[in-house]
Amino acid sequence: MHAGIIFLLVIVGSILFHIFTPWYWTDIASNWGGMDSTITLTFWVGGGVFVAVCLFMVYCIFRYSHKEDRRAEYKPEDKKLEKILTWATTLGVCALLAPGLIIWNQYVNVPKNAIEVDVMAWQWGWQYRLPGADGKLGTTQVRNIADDNPFGINPDDPFGKDDIMIESDVINLENNRPVKILLRSVDVLHNWYVPQFRSKMDAVPGTVTFYWFEPNKVGEYEVLCAEYCGVGHYAMRGGVEVQDKADYEVWLSEQETFQQLSARYEKLNVDGNKLVKK
Amino acid sequence: MSDEYDNNKSYQAQSSEVLDGSAGSINPDMDYVRPAEIPEQDLYHAHSFIEKWIFCQDAKVIGVQYFLTAVFTGIVGLILSWLMRLQLGFPELAGFMTAEHYYQFVTMHGMIMVVYFLTALFLGGFGNYLIPLMVGARDMVFPYVNMLSFWMFFVAVAVLMASFFVPGGPTGAGWTLYPPQTILEGTPGSGTGILLMLISLSLFVIGFTMGGLNYMITILQARTRGMTLMRMPLTVWGIFTATVLAMLAFPALLVSAIMMTLDKVLQTSFFMPTILKAGEVLEYGGGSPILFQHLFWFFGHPEVYIVALPAFGIVSDLISVHARKNIFGYRMMVWAIVGIGGLSFFVWAHHMYVSGMNPWFGFFFATTTLIIAVPTAMKVYNWILTLWRGNIRINTVMLWCLGFIVTFVNGGITGIFLGNVSVDVPLSDTYFVVAHFHMVMGIAPLMVIMGAVYHWFPLVAGKMLSETLGKWHFWITFLGAYSIYFPMHYLGFIGVPRRYFEMYDSPYMTSTVGMNEFISVAAFIVGAAQFILVFNIIKTLKTGKKAEQNPWKANSLEWYTSTVPPEHGNFGERLPVVHRWPYDFSVPGAKDDFIPQTTAPSEVANTEVEKT
Repeated sequence: MHAGIIFLLVIVGSILFHIFTPWYWTDIASNWGGMDSTITLTFWVGGGVFVAVCLFMVYCIFRYSHKEDRRAEYKPEDKKLEKILTWATTLGVCALLAPGLIIWNQYVNVPKNAIEVDVMAWQWGWQYRLPGADGKLGTTQVRNIADDNPFGINPDDPFGKDDIMIESDVINLENNRPVKILLRSVDVLHNWYVPQFRSKMDAVPGTVTFYWFEPNKVGEYEVLCAEYCGVGHYAMRGGVEVQDKADYEVWLSEQETFQQLSARYEKLNVDGNKLVKK
Repeated sequence: MSDEYDNNKSYQAQSSEVLDGSAGSINPDMDYVRPAEIPEQDLYHAHSFIEKWIFCQDAKVIGVQYFLTAVFTGIVGLILSWLMRLQLGFPELAGFMTAEHYYQFVTMHGMIMVVYFLTALFLGGFGNYLIPLMVGARDMVFPYVNMLSFWMFFVAVAVLMASFFVPGGPTGAGWTLYPPQTILEGTPGSGTGILLMLISLSLFVIGFTMGGLNYMITILQARTRGMTLMRMPLTVWGIFTATVLAMLAFPALLVSAIMMTLDKVLQTSFFMPTILKAGEVLEYGGGSPILFQHLFWFFGHPEVYIVALPAFGIVSDLISVHARKNIFGYRMMVWAIVGIGGLSFFVWAHHMYVSGMNPWFGFFFATTTLIIAVPTAMKVYNWILTLWRGNIRINTVMLWCLGFIVTFVNGGITGIFLGNVSVDVPLSDTYFVVAHFHMVMGIAPLMVIMGAVYHWFPLVAGKMLSETLGKWHFWITFLGAYSIYFPMHYLGFIGVPRRYFEMYDSPYMTSTVGMNEFISVAAFIVGAAQFILVFNIIKTLKTGKKAEQNPWKANSLEWYTSTVPPEHGNFGERLPVVHRWPYDFSVPGAKDDFIPQTTAPSEVANTEVEKT
């Protein structure tokens, strides 16, 4: 009997833990509330199934523990019951899958007004690039990376000249404006992840990946690398500062463009030795 | 001998009609079983100590060898997990541990537990011991190859363990070994360590292929008379399907290991794009890191089911025997195993939703992944419906099975979170994932392994393990493991990323410090509790009560050998003849509450057997 009681306590304890846990989502600060809602829905459906299955099991322990003079029922199959259970499960699974796919559809379709941000990752740090007045980022190549061209922008690309370069691991974003994060890496896999924004994607060397979100809460956030990238993985932090439009414009105007940076280097007469990263 | 089934004869033994002897005279053909199609195999009997216990061709000894070697690697993996938890819970006590060490422990723990412990234990250990006994064969069909299989595995383990002692230590690339970092400086053990890992994996695959061919062909070709496929115990079905999966999935691992070795040694660029490292452009270019991930998970996801399906099969048999009731919906269970096995090859990229592959894949792989939930749920329903109206012995074996149901359902439900593509986005690469896969493919299969050890120990050693120690072992392990992994999901909700050497300097993570210490303490206790089993086994072997033949009153053939423990050749003079499925428990009209598979219908003429 004690077995049934302990199993029952485990189930009750799990439910109580879920209700009273002090550990739950970090407050959301982006448009992806739909992900949280789908998780909540999955919790209700999945949690309900978990509790129901376990309680049924506990009931069986109490009701059908071994007695010498009793025999178990002999009934190898119950086609009707199996059919009902199959369809009920299928229905439940569809109910969970549908919202998941709908939100994924939003996730992979970036809004047209999103500002593009080039996030460049290396072992172990971040830097960022924003399009200039033309609204377009210049193309890049790993082989172009040098002291006077930290992002490896193709010098022949006219779109690259006015790109705004932020050689810092902190980037500012405008509140309530969608951002398309374009990820690239010069060495290994990385992942630019802010828990409050819910969204993430790996940066893969040799290609450019993307995702988008719309920050909706002014504040400072920590960026974590979410894809194991070697021994410095845990220390690969960055930052995001979400600002109102006015503050953001001020910050933006203080940043240097590719052209300005090139001019500065020419002035210093530094030859184009390759950049040595940390 | 023709393979054709003669429909003119009435094969009562193979029909699904209710046999009711009271209706009148017994049909003289009711006990008919088709004659054997091939003569019995010759066995090579051992002549010396070395042939009997070391280079042995008896599948039972090979099974025990696999089991012990796998358990050894499992203990290494357990110690590594302790060290990791020490760092995460009590970093001030883990001053000796650098980030390099931590990542090496993470990597080796993962690889050891998944491949060298669980896979080897279920297929090499239980597979070897149980397949010939359960299908009524004298041994595996290729005993010599079977012996080579174990020794290849042994060498693979030796190479893996050697990597702890080479300069730079073992690889610290994470068990998924994602390039490019795996073979670049900046990852611990990117020199000799990773090469030994790749060599060891290749040896494992080669050895495993030899074993796997044996399991498949033995099951398909060497079953005894009357043992139709649909009369096989679900244990055999689980191991069989898992072996088929392994034969199809492991080549992908072998291929990726070979390609990565070439990338490392010959600077080819299968997985390596142009890379800038310390200001230098390396001699790589044009390769695809994502290609490796596809290959790895094409192996890696079926691998999950290579571990899970034998566990499904074994737990079905244990539940049925100890609930004294037929497994509910046997045919559904078989098709669910086969269906899950087939589907498992179409879901691999659900590990890669945020890997940077084309995001449109997400729709396909989320759908296939959630489809798998249906047959899996059916199995769960059938387990609890087997308990329903049963006559359940609440002994140690049954406790492990019940613990399996709780942890497996818990881990299966969190799998629905992670499989549902957009829900995976915030949770992937966090502790939610760690909690999920430890619950569903760490703890749940472990529960089955433990149940199986307590169940079959009387067969293997001829003595009964102590029930008291067994129950302590179970409760500490179950409650401890549950309190490790259940709260860990909530770390993932907070957003705590996995594979972090230290992390609690972020403001929103400070609240988790107390929980992390709690988890670590629970992990130390659960790990230590496993030595109760070691103690139990040693004590039982020395002073334990001698087991009677078939102590659990089971029906399947392994309990009906000529001697206990079974000798080489298993069944004495004559192979058993099978007349029914192994689940005839509590049949109305029968004297006992079980009817062995070898019992002919005429011997239990007054029973109302529905399926034979």
